[in-house]
Amino acid sequence: MKKYAKTHEWVHVEGNVATVGISNYAQEHLGDIVYVELPEVGKEVTKGDTICSVESVKAASDVYSPLSGKVVEVNEELDSAPETINSDAEKSGWIFKLELSDPAELDGLMDEEEYKKYCEEEEA
Amino acid sequence: MSRYSYIPHTETEISEMLETIGVKSIEALFEDVPKVFDFKLDLPESSDEFSVARELKALSKKNLSLNEMAIFRGAGVYYHYIPSAIRYLSSRGEFLTAYTPYQPEVSQGTLQALFEFQTMIAELTGLEVANSSMYDGATAVAEAALMAVRTNGRNRVLISQTIHPEYRHVTNTYCHAQSIEIEELPYSKDTGQIDLEKLKSTLDDDVSAVIVGYPNYFGIIEDLKKIKALLDEKIMFIVVANPIALSVLEAPGSFGADIVVGEGQPLGNPSSLGGPGFGFFATREKFVRKMPGRIIGETKDVDGKTGYVMVLQTREQHIRRGKATSNICSNHAHNAVIAAMYMSLLGKEGLREVAIRSFDKAHYLFHQISKIEGMEPLFSGPFFHEFPVRLKGTSASKLNADLLKHKILGPMELEKDFPELGNSVLFCTTEAVRNEDLEFLLGRLEEIL
Repeated sequence: MKKYAKTHEWVHVEGNVATVGISNYAQEHLGDIVYVELPEVGKEVTKGDTICSVESVKAASDVYSPLSGKVVEVNEELDSAPETINSDAEKSGWIFKLELSDPAELDGLMDEEEYKKYCEEEEA
Repeated sequence: MSRYSYIPHTETEISEMLETIGVKSIEALFEDVPKVFDFKLDLPESSDEFSVARELKALSKKNLSLNEMAIFRGAGVYYHYIPSAIRYLSSRGEFLTAYTPYQPEVSQGTLQALFEFQTMIAELTGLEVANSSMYDGATAVAEAALMAVRTNGRNRVLISQTIHPEYRHVTNTYCHAQSIEIEELPYSKDTGQIDLEKLKSTLDDDVSAVIVGYPNYFGIIEDLKKIKALLDEKIMFIVVANPIALSVLEAPGSFGADIVVGEGQPLGNPSSLGGPGFGFFATREKFVRKMPGRIIGETKDVDGKTGYVMVLQTREQHIRRGKATSNICSNHAHNAVIAAMYMSLLGKEGLREVAIRSFDKAHYLFHQISKIEGMEPLFSGPFFHEFPVRLKGTSASKLNADLLKHKILGPMELEKDFPELGNSVLFCTTEAVRNEDLEFLLGRLEEIL
């Protein structure tokens, strides 16, 4: 079950671990991604904190943590192939995994349908 | 007619502007400026250009130019000979116009010159990437400290006491403003090198960077290998180098330096009044995104032709604003271009020759001074082209006053910045000191002491 944040991150939760990346909508708007500054494993974050950044040819954007918890894994593949986010943002282009400290926060995120609507409104 | 000769606004325009913003007078507009800055310049009546030029020429004749003197002072600003071609090449309009070459289609010349500059700095420092210059040596050191903290997330910077005093002040200011702890590392009273025992006992898991000179302010060459061996792998090893010395000394990069910075003035830039010079900044490729300043890259255009562009701009302030890697916006690109011209005119061999002659003359002077009663070299460590001496027979200021009468710019006085050294001075020689200048100086020293 995938959920989305208003800041355009997606979350996929299995047990108490959430895999996080940026949405397909976000990568389209960023353009060609050339670098991902990965967060440090072990870093504790609160929902809404800036956790890392994604750099495209035209801008650098912060990635905000959609949930609170501790970073337990990062996608090292992105070091050598950041463009994976362009080709497969919502699967192999994941950025980090979080061990959740407050799973109830999930309720505050949008499901796929709501997010789609939200993006359409953004466009308008 | 305007009240201010060099300001184009008429009285009417000034009144209109004041009325628009609802302020009564110019004085009222600037009333927030503390009175201490209220300079009332005592200037004569304005006059025609011809008369002003004559008057200023007469005034300038009162100055002594370094070109008419024998220079035995360095301490951060070095008098090397500047080939006359540099003045003409660097004054060409094509090089003087571009400030920030954001538009590569109209800035290929400037961009290529800066790219070549970066290549030469990378080679001298033994590191993989260099930026296209910083404001000056002092800010380059300060920015290196900030970069270290950004890179490893630690918060304590150790800086050697033998880094140029002004560089330490600037670094302190930067670090203080960002709540970074900064601590000075003492030097050995015997060798003038960093006190390794003290360094060892100061190191812990909070130390972000260790900053040492190469050569240091006293001209002494630090043992970079021994220092590096004490540092854990997370600590950023920052070396502040003299670029001329790097043409003969082993490159700091090969001793494991992570960042090499310094003042680039010795590379073909005049001493002026201590500036403008420029800062150089080099690091390892893996840290390139943490590096401040502009970087010029080489690429291919749509037709496969080589072209030059500014790269990695996304981490810069015009895009990242408050989250930029650095918010120093002034670099000294033109001075860096001059340095690139100087290095390419001299070539590798020429640069080495400048360094070797500077070194030889300093060592000859050291040797002769050691024989003079009343003068005593302070340290036993190996040195490049500067060395400190304690005076016994006279005061440093008296010595310099006497030398100045003979058109000699004498050694730097050290007591103000290093009270513990008392009545000591720092001698410097470059290739631009003639042998007869050396003999004349030694004669004067014998006489005075």
